[in-house]
Amino acid sequence: MENKLKTNNGKLKSVSYAKWGYIFIAPFFIVYLLFTLIPQFLTIYNSFFETYRIGLSQVGPNFVGLKNYIELFKADPNGTVLILKYAWNTIWMWFLGALPQFVVAMLLALFFTSIRLNIKGQGFFKTVIYMPNLIMAAAFSMLFYALFCKGGPIQTLLTNKGVLEMEFDFFRHRVTVRGMIALMNFLMWFGNTTIVLMAGIMGIDQSIFESATIDGANSVQVFFRVTLPLLMPIFVYCLITAMIGGIQMFDVPQVLTKGDGVPNGTTRTLVMYLNNYLKTYNYGMSGAISVIIFIITGGLGGIVYKILSKQYKDPEAKHRERKGKVI
Amino acid sequence: MKQMDQNKAGMIKLTLLRVVVYAILIFLSFLCLFFFYLMIVNSTRSNAELAKGFTLIPSGSFFINLKNAWNDSSINIPRGMLNSLIISLSTAVLTTYFSALTAYGVHVYDFKGKKFVFTFIMAIMMIPAQVSALGFVQLMNKMNLNDSFIPLIVPGIAAPVVFFYMKQYMESVLPLDVIDAARVDGSGEFRTFNTIVLPMLKPALAVQMIFSFVSSWNNYFIPALLLNKPELKTVPIMIAQLRSADYSKFDMGKVYMFILLAILPVLITYIILSKSIIKGVTAGSVKG
Repeated sequence: MENKLKTNNGKLKSVSYAKWGYIFIAPFFIVYLLFTLIPQFLTIYNSFFETYRIGLSQVGPNFVGLKNYIELFKADPNGTVLILKYAWNTIWMWFLGALPQFVVAMLLALFFTSIRLNIKGQGFFKTVIYMPNLIMAAAFSMLFYALFCKGGPIQTLLTNKGVLEMEFDFFRHRVTVRGMIALMNFLMWFGNTTIVLMAGIMGIDQSIFESATIDGANSVQVFFRVTLPLLMPIFVYCLITAMIGGIQMFDVPQVLTKGDGVPNGTTRTLVMYLNNYLKTYNYGMSGAISVIIFIITGGLGGIVYKILSKQYKDPEAKHRERKGKVI
Repeated sequence: MKQMDQNKAGMIKLTLLRVVVYAILIFLSFLCLFFFYLMIVNSTRSNAELAKGFTLIPSGSFFINLKNAWNDSSINIPRGMLNSLIISLSTAVLTTYFSALTAYGVHVYDFKGKKFVFTFIMAIMMIPAQVSALGFVQLMNKMNLNDSFIPLIVPGIAAPVVFFYMKQYMESVLPLDVIDAARVDGSGEFRTFNTIVLPMLKPALAVQMIFSFVSSWNNYFIPALLLNKPELKTVPIMIAQLRSADYSKFDMGKVYMFILLAILPVLITYIILSKSIIKGVTAGSVKG
């Protein structure tokens, strides 16, 4: 009797409160629809139309099918396909910053979590290395320009000391401009990755390390056989979110090179290319570039989603699973 | 005896390793601070002093540079900072409140399609704003909302990452019994959320408020596409404008001061709250 009443009560509850669920999530979905979903469809829609401006006169919109996409992958008179060049620039500069970012972050995460090393002043070091992550990328980039430009303090210091030949200009060489961009990206992100990887290592059951050590594994073996495999989901998560961030690379190279991607467009990124078309009101071409970037990020995002939903179980189930493993 | 020797050798190895590790840490810290230190030093030097080249010693023109930058006729930095402040604060408040509200809706109530809602939000989490920027700008132009702060503030209501963070946080701190108890006491659903649940989420709200404030303050791409009126421009747009200036005629002391002013609010926030900010970095991502 009592039991029945309870279930009745429970059923009644779930029916009468369901509408509140919809009310509470409504603002999110209304705003998402209006400011993201509809714009997303508009963007895709635009990519099939020819729409641009010459001076003050407007051309289009005329439906052209896939012409914008074909146009994007056509070689210019010099024989270069611009979008591939800019994609290549983006990948290169991302890689140049991400490689040290992940190597250094992995090392630091191991240092900080090592009981044997027992590093002092962790709070200070973490505070310092994370700081660049919060700095406005546009301002950081402007600072680099002011410091490295011709007549700027670093350029004059290095040429006066004879490290660089006289009149060396950082902004005239592909290597140095790409290097500066990679350095900035590295400085902005390695602290963040360190902290995330550290949390991952600390989340691993300490007894696993202990038993590995008792079994006679040395620290290199422990890292490759125990730590790294257990850390894999978090490591891949970091790597792919970093890739997604890399595809969006814009503020730093845009401000550093005034949008020109000096020298010769070798530091222009995909989003800078998109931004150029947007600023000149060529909506057909910007639509096509947006769709391409969307497909790439969508694919990478799919992997992140898989990792997150695998990791994300309700806490109780996770707890049970862990207990089961120990037994 | 042999074991003691081994111990000794191990100790020496450990000490050596420690020295190397500290050297690496100090080098990286130096690298992180060096450019900002140069910025601060250079913001205290006059244009003539800056032309002489590199130094690590501050000079005495800080307040002159500050005055010059603050009163500059082409780059209205006080206005820009005010604009950025209005946008970032409003975004921070809206993002955290509505993300908590959405997460609460999914966490507490049972309704049809709840699973889909959660899956959907997780799926859209990684899509960047750039890929819908074109349609966004078009739509805002049609709605006469370009040159307005609304398209920079209101979209913050739908923030999948903050939602995910809040949902996770609720799972660890919010027992459903509390809500039942409030209902028994006759509290309405919204009142329960505002007066009982929100205070319980304070630490999570604070952390997410800081993060959304910072990302909004630093945001450059979308505002640069929407804001054309000079009196509406935000700080990042002004910094980018600075880059296009003619440097042969420009007071470099002022340039460093502009950069300093652009990052100062975030820097101060960070210095005061670094501990809780660093703690917040990990909480949103995957756990082991």
